[in-house]
Amino acid sequence: MKMHIRLMAALIAFGVLAGCGERPPIETEQLGYRGTGMEQNRNPRLLQKVVAANQIGNIQPPADSSGPLAKDIYQNVQVLSDLSIGEFTRVMLSMTEWVAPAEEKNCTYCHNAENYADEGKYTYQVARSMLKMTREINSEWKEHVKDTGVTCHTCHRGGPVPSYVWFTDPGAGRENAFVGTRAGQNSAVTGLGITTIGHSSLPYDPYSAYLLGDSPIRVQGDTALPTGNRSSIKQAEWTYSLMVHMSNSLGVNCTYCHNTRAWSDWEQSRPQRTVAWYGIRMARSLNNSYMVPLTEVFPAHRKGPLGDVAKVNCETCHQGAYKPYFGQSMAKAYPELQGTKPVVTEPAMAPAESTDGATAASTKPVVAALTQPLSSGGGR
Amino acid sequence: MPEYQNIFTRVQVAAPHYPGVPHNPRGVWVRGVKASANYWLGKIGDAQVGPFYLGSTGVASILCFIIAFEIVGLNMLASVNWNPLQFIRQLFWLALEPPAPQYGLRLPPLSQGGWHLMAGFFLTMSVLLWWVRTYNLARKLKLGTHTAWAFASAIFLFLVLGFIRPVLMGSWSEAVPYGIFAHLDWTAAFSLRYGNLLYNPFHALSIVFLYGSVLLFAMHAGTIMAVSRYGGEREVEQVLDRGTASERAALFWRWTMGFNATMESVHRWAWWFAVLCTLTGGIGILLTGTVVDDWYLWAVKHGVAPSYPTTFEPMPDPALTSGVAQ
Repeated sequence: MKMHIRLMAALIAFGVLAGCGERPPIETEQLGYRGTGMEQNRNPRLLQKVVAANQIGNIQPPADSSGPLAKDIYQNVQVLSDLSIGEFTRVMLSMTEWVAPAEEKNCTYCHNAENYADEGKYTYQVARSMLKMTREINSEWKEHVKDTGVTCHTCHRGGPVPSYVWFTDPGAGRENAFVGTRAGQNSAVTGLGITTIGHSSLPYDPYSAYLLGDSPIRVQGDTALPTGNRSSIKQAEWTYSLMVHMSNSLGVNCTYCHNTRAWSDWEQSRPQRTVAWYGIRMARSLNNSYMVPLTEVFPAHRKGPLGDVAKVNCETCHQGAYKPYFGQSMAKAYPELQGTKPVVTEPAMAPAESTDGATAASTKPVVAALTQPLSSGGGR
Repeated sequence: MPEYQNIFTRVQVAAPHYPGVPHNPRGVWVRGVKASANYWLGKIGDAQVGPFYLGSTGVASILCFIIAFEIVGLNMLASVNWNPLQFIRQLFWLALEPPAPQYGLRLPPLSQGGWHLMAGFFLTMSVLLWWVRTYNLARKLKLGTHTAWAFASAIFLFLVLGFIRPVLMGSWSEAVPYGIFAHLDWTAAFSLRYGNLLYNPFHALSIVFLYGSVLLFAMHAGTIMAVSRYGGEREVEQVLDRGTASERAALFWRWTMGFNATMESVHRWAWWFAVLCTLTGGIGILLTGTVVDDWYLWAVKHGVAPSYPTTFEPMPDPALTSGVAQ
């Protein structure tokens, strides 16, 4: 009898532990002053898989920059107009390897084989926009990407669509139902059928609110006593959701950036928090400046259930690593993608009003309402 | 001789059912429902089941609870499009969410938090009615009302979380969602919003009394079970005699820590620890957002939170130094 009870207890204990999903060992690295809990936890066994999944792509041998400019040889070269013919060819070859390496794709994934200057394929137009985006990231967003920079491969990793993109979540189709509205949270799977943020019941689409819209992220006040900060607890849940997304995307704890005793205090935050701050702005800017304007260019099968274009979040580049490829730089080998000088003016790609329309449609009313502070007239 | 064991009672006493003491001037309380005996309940307590006195407050309380339970449960079921398998699979995630901040203290549409208010109303009524029942039963048995007041302390915390504080903050959206993970996420978000609840001294007190209750419970229960071989659970008979289970238990604690509670006082200790746990917790929640907006800064202001040397170079707030919008 006693044996049975013990065996039962052991089985239950094992079941509970197995349910936690992460088998030891856990390694801990100290990041701040002793005793303050500033540390990173990582599991070398799981980290190995992330490292294996984050290897840099092929780097073509450097090209001669002294030759004639590509734009003088080829027709319709708009973005890479400052490159020599050798550099231009190198970029084209690399793009093929990074984005459409399969045989049936290759050059003709974007180009019309009859006429390489033909803008007919949607992939051609997207690629042109993405090249501009890559150059903008490497030149205008140095606060986030530093000198490490990005290439097409940082997101694409050998596929025409990056593995980690997001669409605005359509919800469960119950937003206006009489019963059972979810208020954008409280679900094990999102309306897109993917696992929610950190397996929590937190809001499952923080991207629309913060990486497309610009709902206020900061909820803590800067005074001990109330002096007008009306952030709601619901707002804190939305912010929390965004932060868990960042933590998941980078494979780091909260303490990678924050001192958890005082989340909002920049004086006690690690400098990484500043880099992440720019990262949020970068993702938001890229989505609004590059992805949303491509909405009309993409065919329906590349779009989300609400007809919105695929968009970027932290995971799109980071893919589980605190720095993409754990800090290895591919972009340094590609001066062609640095693009320090502004290039030709934007060709009409999508009507300007579609930008606003898409943004407004994606930042759904439910999100907008739930990420707002309490009304200021509240009695206390 | 019959013997009591520590976890399971091996010997069960079979005796005529005990109807109870007279509780009103009209004589013995004659109950319609006969008592029965249950072997398995006898393993963990008294084998006699009933007679059970529900009364009007009990009936009303159960009705209110069922209404609240159904509102929450059916909303959860509806949120997975009435799919029972998904309901089971996602049960821990599902919740009935309070209204959005925009509604303030107004009544929102049912689908936008109205159900939450309704569930909250019926759950509150259920709990309050059950409190009345607890109080009345104690009076009818001519007992003290200690249980009712201990229960009231827990109800205070419940009311602070779901009613008093939201009213003071001017928004129903501040209330706790009804859901398993949802209320845990709410708790974390509450602490995040108000600058780390661990610096709230009433939170600290509440934890002291929570862990203290556990410690006292272990000490007391351990003591009594340890002296059960001398009939220690029959406390009253033992207080006056020498060499009894009671005296051995007292001696054990005097040898251990030089002081011992008495058979009576240990229960006062336990009662106060339990009551203060929820009472101080409720005060801590009540002050949060209404009187104090950031507990970390409050702790710094009052010299509670120490400062540590930095081991890295902190950066200024980029919202203040860059042209990029927040």
